[in-house]
Amino acid sequence: MSKIIKLCKGLDIRLQGEAAMTIVNAPKASEYAVSPLDFEGVTPKMLVKVGDKVEAGSPLFFDKKRPEILFTSPVSGEVAAVNRGEKRKILSVVVAADAEIAYKQFSSLDLVKASREQIIDLLLESGLWTMFIQRPYGVVANPSDKPKAIFVSAFDSAPLAPNYDVALASSQLALQKGFDVLRRLTDGKVHLSYNAQGQKPEIEGVELHAFEGKHPAGNVGVQIHHIDPINKGEKVWTLNIQDVAIIGRFFLTGKVDMERVIAVAGSCVAEPKYYRVVAGASIESILGGKLSNEHARVISGNVLTGRNVGKEGFLGVNANQITVIPEGDEYELLGWAMPRFKKFSVSRAYFSWLMPWKKYNLDTNLNGGERAFVMNDLYEKYLPMDIYPMHLVKACLANDLDKMENLGIYEVVEEDLALCEFVCPSKIEIQQILRNGINTMIKEEE
Amino acid sequence: MKALRNIVDKIKPTFSKGGKLGFLHSTFDAFETFLFVPNTTTQHGAHVRDCNDIKRTMITVVVALIPCLLFGCYNTGLQVGLEGWLAFAYGLVRILPMIAVSYIVGLGIEFTVAQWRGHEVNEGFLVSGLLIPLVMPVSTPLWMVGIGTAFAVIFGKEIFGGTGMNVFNPAVLARAFVFFAYTPQMSGETVWYSTWKMFGATDAQTGATALEQLASKGEMQWSALDAFLGFIPGSFGETSTLAILIGAAILLYTGVASWKTMVSVFVGGLAMAYTFSLCGVGALSSQGVEPYMHLLVGGFAFGAVFMATDPVTSAQTSTGKYIVGFLTGAIAILIREVNPAYPEGMMLSILFMNALAPLVDYFVVEANIRRRKNRVKIAK
Repeated sequence: MSKIIKLCKGLDIRLQGEAAMTIVNAPKASEYAVSPLDFEGVTPKMLVKVGDKVEAGSPLFFDKKRPEILFTSPVSGEVAAVNRGEKRKILSVVVAADAEIAYKQFSSLDLVKASREQIIDLLLESGLWTMFIQRPYGVVANPSDKPKAIFVSAFDSAPLAPNYDVALASSQLALQKGFDVLRRLTDGKVHLSYNAQGQKPEIEGVELHAFEGKHPAGNVGVQIHHIDPINKGEKVWTLNIQDVAIIGRFFLTGKVDMERVIAVAGSCVAEPKYYRVVAGASIESILGGKLSNEHARVISGNVLTGRNVGKEGFLGVNANQITVIPEGDEYELLGWAMPRFKKFSVSRAYFSWLMPWKKYNLDTNLNGGERAFVMNDLYEKYLPMDIYPMHLVKACLANDLDKMENLGIYEVVEEDLALCEFVCPSKIEIQQILRNGINTMIKEEE
Repeated sequence: MKALRNIVDKIKPTFSKGGKLGFLHSTFDAFETFLFVPNTTTQHGAHVRDCNDIKRTMITVVVALIPCLLFGCYNTGLQVGLEGWLAFAYGLVRILPMIAVSYIVGLGIEFTVAQWRGHEVNEGFLVSGLLIPLVMPVSTPLWMVGIGTAFAVIFGKEIFGGTGMNVFNPAVLARAFVFFAYTPQMSGETVWYSTWKMFGATDAQTGATALEQLASKGEMQWSALDAFLGFIPGSFGETSTLAILIGAAILLYTGVASWKTMVSVFVGGLAMAYTFSLCGVGALSSQGVEPYMHLLVGGFAFGAVFMATDPVTSAQTSTGKYIVGFLTGAIAILIREVNPAYPEGMMLSILFMNALAPLVDYFVVEANIRRRKNRVKIAK
């Protein structure tokens, strides 16, 4: 039995609209989409045209720099649209779904006999390879790398995040199979970190670690830092635990079945609960008529790191939750001088610390204007890692590669510093700055 | 609220870029965001944000300064022989012009520079503008307050890029500037008493401050309790340790000031004072002055609570805060004890440690880098 790793730093933002622990099946959507925006550092190149017929598991596009990395359709049907933004950048590929999903049948592999290369090839072909995220940098892993270890977090500590014990209750077999696959892909260990206050996972062949603490204790980057930190030149892979189950299911059935359980939460959702959906489903199919406030922002993911997809958008292919919160585009008279009982702050200049049990209905207002860094010691308190976040962010702003490396850029991605951004009284876009810094590092390595 | 918002919306285009008075957009913006928290929503990154901002942070410090301000008013009148409300009214009339000058000059420069750079106006000067009059001796001429403020804002802040980029605390810089630029007017025995004859104030008083008396004779004409409560001559806001402690409580309770810095300054100061006392050397200690008296007289407590804790100019790392705080306190006492000709060491000590804080941070961050590099070695 491993000892519990306790993290003191961090913050749980208590929001209204937590999902009730009942799972319902979402109605089948008429359209599904895969967006390259859900993956960092991918330059998509199309493989299909509008009107082409696809099966669940057929490729839609690939990464220009690494053509072996395919992105496949979650459903069968007809390619309905390729949405493009500025400079013809591909935003999403929409598939109008058949009434009954036809799955592309992949060859079955015997995990014991198959070589590592065969397993990777099958994952690449099925598009499930895109679930392997490499640290450093948080980009889709390079299939030719040999990772030092593979890390999976069995819990999500972000605001209103789904409880994976609930979401994966019926997927035990697939989950074990998924971890068996992972074990074949690294000479190192497969680490699985779980919430010390939740259920201990019954998975064989993995190294278990118990974590206790506030968000971001569930972030895999934070866990890696405390288990086996990433040094310069090392690479590790990370996966979301629901993705591990999907991979397991794929190896059991030979079908790309992108069904997963997501939490639909947030103060604007009339009845927040868990939904069984297929990745990439249209938001309309899940949320249609279920919003209690129409002037809302629909986020694929959580409020700290998710993507604003809008009511007409699509669920991200790797999203485990939808959060709907009110838009905050309203003026507030002398807001900075008011007691603001309904708003949340970590600062005791407000009163939320007096009501630690209270749940808040936070909107998307920035609550102030952007300034230079002033409260310089605040950020450290919300990053449970031996890293100086503000110094790292300043190194990113200065494009100082040596400093970024020295200050730990290999160990963090945006989600790890999201709380720093949340608490920042100077309203600095820390996640964006960090991503720019990471992209500079990637460019330099090429 | 709606009506007010409509008025603002109506005049906004005039002040926006391209409008008739477009060159004043930063100024307009400052007033608009003062009245209304803007309706900007998050575009990148976290979709929700903490409701704390720099305005609230700065206003909290201003609130924490109010006990010192109010007591300063009363004490100023008291020192020229007035009592009760009359003393308070006298002090209020005495300081309001100084506050006005400080804010008009400082904010004038801030607005101009913000305009020129096309930035939003930063709120940092809300605090500095009140701190400056509070650290000035009572009878500082208004023009001197103006020049000191201008120097501090331009050379202490704006040339570095404004609030958040400054190396030195503007208020301490203003105080140091007037002290060194106008030494004859700013020292001696008259500067600590107001010379304005109104409300029946008696003729001009003179006398050395408590700290000067302790340094020269080893004793002072007031009791330690008087010094703690603040019934002694001195700079406007610094005399009452009690009022300062109320401010400190507000700052620590709200978490706006770092307790690490504040406590370390007091620990450093006391450690140095006791060291001198044990050795029996130093201007004050050799004459048997109790070490704790350092905290009650002069600007030590005020500097420790309101100026050494400035998050921008103090150390930026937790470990650095302990070191910088400790040294700030220790050096202040060192100056008091070793250089009796210039007994007020706090402002010099703060300025000195402002200059050294980046170096301390450098070593703290460097230690973090070394830990990371050692990890690689162990791994190999």
